[in-house]
Amino acid sequence: MASDPIHQFNISKLVPIEIGGLDFSFTNSSAFMVATVVAAGAFLFVSTASRGLVPSRMQSIAEMTYEFVANMLRDAAGSQGMKFFPFVFSLFVFVLVANLLGMFPYFFTITSHIIVTFALAILVIGTVIVYGFWKHGLGFLNLFVPSGVPGVLLPLVIAIEIISFLSRPISLSVRLFANMLAGHITLKVFAGFVTSLSAFGVVGIGGAILPLGMTVALTGLEFLVAFLQAYVFAVLTCMYLNDAIHPGH
Amino acid sequence: MAREDDLDRRRRELEAALSARRPETADEGKSAKSGGLVGAGNALKLSSEFIAGIVVGAGVGWMIDRLAGTSPFGLVIFLLLGFCAGVLNALRATGQIAEFGSRSSGKDGDGDDRN
Repeated sequence: MASDPIHQFNISKLVPIEIGGLDFSFTNSSAFMVATVVAAGAFLFVSTASRGLVPSRMQSIAEMTYEFVANMLRDAAGSQGMKFFPFVFSLFVFVLVANLLGMFPYFFTITSHIIVTFALAILVIGTVIVYGFWKHGLGFLNLFVPSGVPGVLLPLVIAIEIISFLSRPISLSVRLFANMLAGHITLKVFAGFVTSLSAFGVVGIGGAILPLGMTVALTGLEFLVAFLQAYVFAVLTCMYLNDAIHPGH
Repeated sequence: MAREDDLDRRRRELEAALSARRPETADEGKSAKSGGLVGAGNALKLSSEFIAGIVVGAGVGWMIDRLAGTSPFGLVIFLLLGFCAGVLNALRATGQIAEFGSRSSGKDGDGDDRN
């Protein structure tokens, strides 16, 4: 198990539940999703409980997170986009806390499963499509009609634009999932080198210093990636929401 | 009401004063960032954009084939369209082509409304 870099992504059922032939089991993935929500919620509740005019350190972190997401959304989608603030903030904090929780040894990284990230991406694109049609009716379809295209090419261009639009949830989810998966596998492989090299006596232990240093460096890199991917996910969500709010602006 | 306007004005002035001081530090951060890490992130981003276009094109073509019984043609045509969409996605991600649905300006924005 120690040298198997894939083992960390195994799903195990904690509480088997089956309803009507469908598997609704409470798995380790579900447990960590609950842990993510509880950790994020508890942190925000506790840190904002005192509501000091001069914020404490904890409150300051919560306020900085709020302003960070608010500025991101306002820059990308304008002040009209602020009605989506709870949505974007929840997504950002969920992905960020899930990524960071995954950095603990022996913890499960829920964002390293494509079905989780894909569900999040479908939620985003579903919101964009539903809000776009509800707000603009068929005018939302103007999104797929670029300006200044000759009439002959229009069907071709529209088909390409529609495929490009449909590919967004896939690239959104694949990016987050691939980053987390690849990072955790790399980390595990280099850490595995340390144990297998140090089995070769003194020379091996001397050689194991190199992968150990690499593991330390990669851990730092993974923390950066955890934050960066949550940020990228939120920024792209804001950009897609902007399309729903102002199609063909 | 007047108090709020006053507050707004003072906040704007503060913002302007702050942003006058900010550029030096912001530039330093940008130049320090341009290492190999950002390059790798970009590579992953662009490849995911490109592959997503192809996957969706193939998927749409395959679905059309299944529903309409036009096997290989739907897949062939939509796979090619998917390649186009992938290239379009990648170019958009690098900012070489205008963003989704944006009109370049008002004067040539009327060309498509007639169709």
